[in-house]
Amino acid sequence: MQGLLWTAAMLAVLPLVAIVTHIVGSGFAALSTSLFFKSPAPAGVSGGGMANGIAGTLLLVAMASVIGLPFGIGAGLFLAERAGTRLARITRFIADVLSGLPSIVLGIVAWELIVRPSGQFSAIAGGVALGALMLPLVARATEEMVRLVPNALRESALALGYSQWRTSLTVVLRTALPGVLTAVLVALARVAGETAPLLFTALGNAYWSLNPTEPIAALPLQIFSYAQSPYDDQRAQAWAGAFLLLVLIAGLSLIARLVVRARQRLLRAGPSRTDAS
Amino acid sequence: MRVDLTGAGATFPYPLYARWFNEYAQETNVRVNYQSIGSGGGIRQVLANTVDFGATDVPMSDADLERSRTPIIHVPMVLGAVGITYNLPEITRPLRLSGEVIAAVFLGTITRWNDPRLVALNPDATLPDRELLVVHRADGSGTSYIFSDYLTAVSAAWAAGPGRGREVLFPVGIGGKGNEGVAGQVKQMPGSLGYLEVVYARQNRLPVAHIQNRAGRFVSPMPYEVASAATSVVDAQSSAKDLRISLVNAPGPQSYPIASFTWLLIAPDAIGPRKTAQLVAFVRWALADQNNAASTLGYVALPGSLADIVLDRLEQATTTPPRP
Amino acid sequence: MPETPADRAYRGYTTLSAIAIPALVCVLAVLIARAALPALAADSGVSVIGRTWDVGRGQFGLLPALVGTLTTSFFALCIAAPLGLGAAVVAAELAPRPLRAPLAFLLDLLAAIPSVVYGLWALAVVVPLLRTRVMPALADAFPNAALVAGPQYGPSMLAAVLVLAIMILPYISAVAREVLLAVPRTQRDAALALGATRWEMIRDAVLPYARTGLIGGVMLGLGRALGETMAVTMVIGNRHTLPTSLFEPGYTLSSLLANEFGEASAEGHVSALMAAACLLLGVTLLVNGLAQWLVWRTQHGRIGDHRGAD
Repeated sequence: MQGLLWTAAMLAVLPLVAIVTHIVGSGFAALSTSLFFKSPAPAGVSGGGMANGIAGTLLLVAMASVIGLPFGIGAGLFLAERAGTRLARITRFIADVLSGLPSIVLGIVAWELIVRPSGQFSAIAGGVALGALMLPLVARATEEMVRLVPNALRESALALGYSQWRTSLTVVLRTALPGVLTAVLVALARVAGETAPLLFTALGNAYWSLNPTEPIAALPLQIFSYAQSPYDDQRAQAWAGAFLLLVLIAGLSLIARLVVRARQRLLRAGPSRTDAS
Repeated sequence: MRVDLTGAGATFPYPLYARWFNEYAQETNVRVNYQSIGSGGGIRQVLANTVDFGATDVPMSDADLERSRTPIIHVPMVLGAVGITYNLPEITRPLRLSGEVIAAVFLGTITRWNDPRLVALNPDATLPDRELLVVHRADGSGTSYIFSDYLTAVSAAWAAGPGRGREVLFPVGIGGKGNEGVAGQVKQMPGSLGYLEVVYARQNRLPVAHIQNRAGRFVSPMPYEVASAATSVVDAQSSAKDLRISLVNAPGPQSYPIASFTWLLIAPDAIGPRKTAQLVAFVRWALADQNNAASTLGYVALPGSLADIVLDRLEQATTTPPRP
Repeated sequence: MPETPADRAYRGYTTLSAIAIPALVCVLAVLIARAALPALAADSGVSVIGRTWDVGRGQFGLLPALVGTLTTSFFALCIAAPLGLGAAVVAAELAPRPLRAPLAFLLDLLAAIPSVVYGLWALAVVVPLLRTRVMPALADAFPNAALVAGPQYGPSMLAAVLVLAIMILPYISAVAREVLLAVPRTQRDAALALGATRWEMIRDAVLPYARTGLIGGVMLGLGRALGETMAVTMVIGNRHTLPTSLFEPGYTLSSLLANEFGEASAEGHVSALMAAACLLLGVTLLVNGLAQWLVWRTQHGRIGDHRGAD
């Protein structure tokens, strides 16, 4: 029986190994300076790049953060501080359900709210869709990190005369900050890789554009369209883009894990140790 | 980055428009931003006046034109052709097809390459006994419109069945996204056959079939044959009110049967005289095509006589005095 | 210290932020349902049991897409569930301690790879493999089976099933692993004290205790599979017909939305697509809600209670 289980585990890990090797192999080979600094060349002409997609993704994630971060961190604080209340339980449950829903639905909502009335595709619509996607991820991540801070710290601050909000923000959150930041970065990386919500909101753009009211290119959109392209150099660029995303996500995930483990060790050692950060 | 004109619409001419707008910006400093979101999107945005111009492979219907608050002019910019591309390593000479046979393939009644009807058209080739895999479009497109327009004209079974439209219910085959998607699929699948804009086949070194035209000759979509289709149809319909003319199944011995205009949509009253003048100037520059962008990319420029007609009509339509 | 106005403001801010999440789901549901309302009219052409999706003629039969979504997800689950659960047991119980964290990290990484990257890989590796080796082999092995009949395109229901299985596997195993780790030591110690072997302990003491949560984990995988869009769109072949064979191309609700939403202009088309979105949303809300409920129940008494290190 144990053998069967081990076989299952090996089979489970096998695709990962296959995918990562392929991405690293094909993607790394396709990296070039023009990938980072040039926008796509007209069809059939080689030498173009994904500069507009990289910039577009950065802008979209930044716009998404405007919605996702303030509300996400606020919700996370609420969930950590008022953990047993009914609202907290409902919100926690719904946040988990929400993060499991198909992301294309968020794109449809943004289309209905922004694209349809305004009559055009825009980066803002994409940013809104991604922001909604980010919200539950950031909330739960923040909650987990803030929870790591021992209650004793909060109580000491209150005993010293700090007001509630000051305790929460300048003492508790600040202590949890490294963990929160890395968890937030991981959520950002996940959002950066999303394609479906952008298909009919940000739409994509063959040119360089950072105008929020215009369609905008995005790395995952380019990967999607280049993957199905008949042009060999576009397909190579798709692999390079995939490589970039993989490095971003894997790198941040690894760092997040290490930071969390370090914070856990640090914070469990007692309140007197937290000044060390 | 300053943009002077915004447009949206057809994906078929996109490679050409991209190059034109690029060169035009370098020559005249007028920047044009074009989103290739499809003919349907282009029409919709022109009707909603959210762009300065639209582009479409599918002429607007009378109903759509009525809906518009201002007149919309269809300006043919370039000719395109829909080709049948295939991936059959076993044959060395171009495949020959007829309208009826193409319809039968896409209806699913011809399923193998050595079907007698295919063999009859290609007696010199040794067609293998293998499955014929069909590729069509998954997304709505002007290319599908032109292709289904042609099949409706040449096959009663097709007219009664899937019919003509930007989104057509194909009974068999897999759907690729965009012309690139179809080209990509055909390139990867031996034994497959699909329809796409000839430009994409050329750029990927995919073969295109020779198709039997109305006069009975097998014709390949070379520029001369495509231009012939245009001139013979326009000659036959010289009194047509506007230039929303279908070119499929054109008469004439040299005509390629699946040719089409692609149009720019301009609503002069909606965008005002300055932008109209800018657009007219661009059209004049593009139709002259001094740098031969069209033929380099595999499109067929409007023959000189036709370009003159188009420019005449455009100037007539845009220099009427403004409404009080 | 009594509550200052600043404290009230802070409380307001966090409460509002928390409310935003359920509010978002409500907005989602209401907007999509409202936009789909015209599809309920008798002459809209939209029908859940209709088999024909012909935009030009105004016929919007949702059955092929719906069946496609359900069948690809179901078959993917059949493959992914045993593998995911097995991997979870190994990662939580069987693997030597130093291997456990890296194994878990690897599986989590699989879950973090974006869908479009899976699609890229599947298109480049899985589909050609299917077309050149797997499909001919299957067709030869089962010459008369309807399930493996038909032209061997490559992009097909089978391709979608395989890609989905690979994609949902890490979700199942991540949740299953957490559930297994949450089983109290007392359970394990008691079994071991009674003389059970490692596997017997797992089988008799751990698994039954965690069963509800494991089922929840599997359902979470199902929920993901139902909603998966990009990778499926790239390999399923995009054909609007009820497939009878695994080799045939098909469609799913999410692929339908991905392909047609951008270009839809006619009102009837848009509301039909919204109806499809409604259907998709309804099914995934149901499955995910149920799954989360099951998982919560194992890990802690009350729904929504915090689960975790303390």
